[in-house]
Amino acid sequence: MEDMLLYDRLQFAFTITFHYIFPQLTMGLSLLIVYFKWRYLVSKIEKYNDAAKFFMKIFAVNFTMGVITGIPMEFQFGTNWAKFSELTGNIIGQTLAMEGMFSFFLESSFLVLFLFGEKLMGQKLHFLTGFLVFLGSWASGYFILATNAWMQHPVGFEILENGKYVLTHFSALFDNPWLIPAFLHNQIASIVTSSFVVAGIGAFYILRGKNIEYGKLFLKTGVVVGFVASVLLAMPTGDWNAKNVAKYQPASFAAMEGIFETEESGSEIVLIGQPNMVEKKLDNKIAVPNVLSFLTYKDWSKQIPGMDQFKAEELPSNVPGLYYSYHIMVGLGTIFIGIFGIAFILFWRKRLFEFKPILWMIMFIVPFPYIANLTGWYVAELGRQPYLVYGLLKTSEGISPTVSSGNTLFTLLGFVGLYLLLGILFLTLVGKIIYYGPKPLKH
Amino acid sequence: MEVFWYIIIAIVLAVFFVLDGYDFGAGIIHLFFAKTDKDKEVISKSAGLFWDSNEVWLVAGGGMIFMAFPTFYASVFSGFYLPLIIVLWLIMFRAIGLELRGQFPFQMWKNIWDKVFGVSSLLLALFFGIALGNIMRGVNLGGVENGISLYEKHFFFLPLWDSSFSPTSNTPGVIDWFTVIIGIITVITLAIHGANWVILKTNSSINYKLKTFVFRFNIILLILTITSLFIWDSINPDSLNNFIEKPYLIIFPGIYFTGIIGLFFIKRLKKEIQGFILSTLVVLGGITSSLAAIFPVILPSTNDINESLTIYNTASTNYGLSVAMNWGIIGFILLFVYMIIQKRLMGGKIDKMEYGHP
Repeated sequence: MEDMLLYDRLQFAFTITFHYIFPQLTMGLSLLIVYFKWRYLVSKIEKYNDAAKFFMKIFAVNFTMGVITGIPMEFQFGTNWAKFSELTGNIIGQTLAMEGMFSFFLESSFLVLFLFGEKLMGQKLHFLTGFLVFLGSWASGYFILATNAWMQHPVGFEILENGKYVLTHFSALFDNPWLIPAFLHNQIASIVTSSFVVAGIGAFYILRGKNIEYGKLFLKTGVVVGFVASVLLAMPTGDWNAKNVAKYQPASFAAMEGIFETEESGSEIVLIGQPNMVEKKLDNKIAVPNVLSFLTYKDWSKQIPGMDQFKAEELPSNVPGLYYSYHIMVGLGTIFIGIFGIAFILFWRKRLFEFKPILWMIMFIVPFPYIANLTGWYVAELGRQPYLVYGLLKTSEGISPTVSSGNTLFTLLGFVGLYLLLGILFLTLVGKIIYYGPKPLKH
Repeated sequence: MEVFWYIIIAIVLAVFFVLDGYDFGAGIIHLFFAKTDKDKEVISKSAGLFWDSNEVWLVAGGGMIFMAFPTFYASVFSGFYLPLIIVLWLIMFRAIGLELRGQFPFQMWKNIWDKVFGVSSLLLALFFGIALGNIMRGVNLGGVENGISLYEKHFFFLPLWDSSFSPTSNTPGVIDWFTVIIGIITVITLAIHGANWVILKTNSSINYKLKTFVFRFNIILLILTITSLFIWDSINPDSLNNFIEKPYLIIFPGIYFTGIIGLFFIKRLKKEIQGFILSTLVVLGGITSSLAAIFPVILPSTNDINESLTIYNTASTNYGLSVAMNWGIIGFILLFVYMIIQKRLMGGKIDKMEYGHP
């Protein structure tokens, strides 16, 4: 039973991590593609249309990967988490089915038209299909976040005698106080990823001395959007989410901030340190007194409960994992604001394209928003442990009762192998598209 | 309310098999019949342009089953654990095959992904058929051994096969000779359907040859179907009673056999779309007849201790189902609207259409 839970969790964590590499780019990138396409419609300058079409190719590869790694997510609810599905399908089935019907459908139906239908439909309709793809991808994020919000902060339901969770207020699923902050934070984070990719490709072209015209367009668009989005990511959306965790999941809040002991008046904010779970303290700690209380409650001396205030079984099962995920996310977010802030100022003073060090930095920073996005999700998901439905249903109670751990390990290994292949193919294809650049190949 | 959602889901799944069925079928045709580079190109294109928007019907159907019949979803997905994950992998391989073949202009690269596409299409058709066969045959609900249930009464677990490969064994596996027959029927049906699609959408050089293929395999399909009915009746004696008790259900097998009979005249048909419509009837009729035969059961139990899963004992609450109906109807209409818009805009032969990433 123990390894069963472990393999189930590993398989879900592995497949969702790999999956989320793709949607986080497509959601943000669809917005930028719509922007380029719109600029083209207004100005009729061919460059913008080429940019839209170039990113469409990258989008298409990402989208395909997103679809084929996304179907296993829906399957796994049933295959590996059958008990969870049986008990809560009445509720999360609603939002998941809506995702399939309203957003995934919209996105898939119009993507093929957007990719292949430009000549067929004319520019305005082509723009419209691009917009619908964008709408579909964002709606998809919305319904998935609504599902997750219910697991983080269950609302609008009752528990029957047979243990089943049944819906009593449909609208509560969408009024959930957890939903909007999480959704906005997530979507802005995906804009960060995509604008960093756009800027990174731009920097690459300028440094390489090829496709410079496009390089400049990509770089300036990426830098402006990336800077604004990085700031919005921290304030206000990151702040809202932190306050939600403090309010609804205080045990997770203490763990992610690394507060082992409750302080009499005002909690310090931990910058660096390694959780020592044996002695229940942080090793090599660097912290600033009282700042956490101020950031969370606008009150320097407000007491924040530490991990010592909670029973062991209420605390997240992996405190160091949660703590590191949170600090990596926040640390990277701060670095993003710094680098893109400098780039933005350089752009303002018209020196961005000549200043090589920042171009190199922008090119090499591309993997990091992916890491920040994924660790952000780890914060949410590790913070929810040991529960599937926060405070009510334990993760260990949700697994499939009839599947043996040998079967799960078999499929986990299969996924690892298959995704390794997918990853290599993905990098090859995207590398090829970037290498050839926006100008169509001469035959 | 249960019946409403059952019908909606049945329609969505039937549409899925009609739509994705033709691109599975195109894959099978590709594997066995496409010889020239040009034919390989257009046949994979006839699937490649559409697979993604077809497969969303499966995702939508899965989501709706999850919402409306969560107990069934949990039971079936965990009970058929290995075959379902293998289906997933095949779906992934097929998608990669279709999307990658055009990415590099080397013949060897194309050949590799063509084979991946063809073989995974064939296996998928086989596995979907085997899945249908399992639902028709029923499973050992509750994992009963010597009169004692090992699990809760609505859960089960099936190995891939049992050493006897017999549907009447006490612990039948996913693959036995009955489910394999249903699998083969599905492969042939979808191959015929795919052939009609290729004829409809492309100007491939083998279009005429494919009509002969459709004619010949149609005979085999008819023989196999009738044989399987007798076998089904013998291993699951009540399986055809529904049609006697509720004679109006005969319409579904009626659709199926109309399609088959019509396809015998494939070479005389004036329009290519007619062939495609006939094989669509075969697919639709086949799925709906199987479902109608066991209605309201959705997963029969092979033991006497635990009752079969029905739409009533696996459904969500009435409140959940009725709020979902409000958005479900809107969503359901939208699905068809999107499909029609897309298929209209992508109508006609696809040989000339721009495809792949230049």
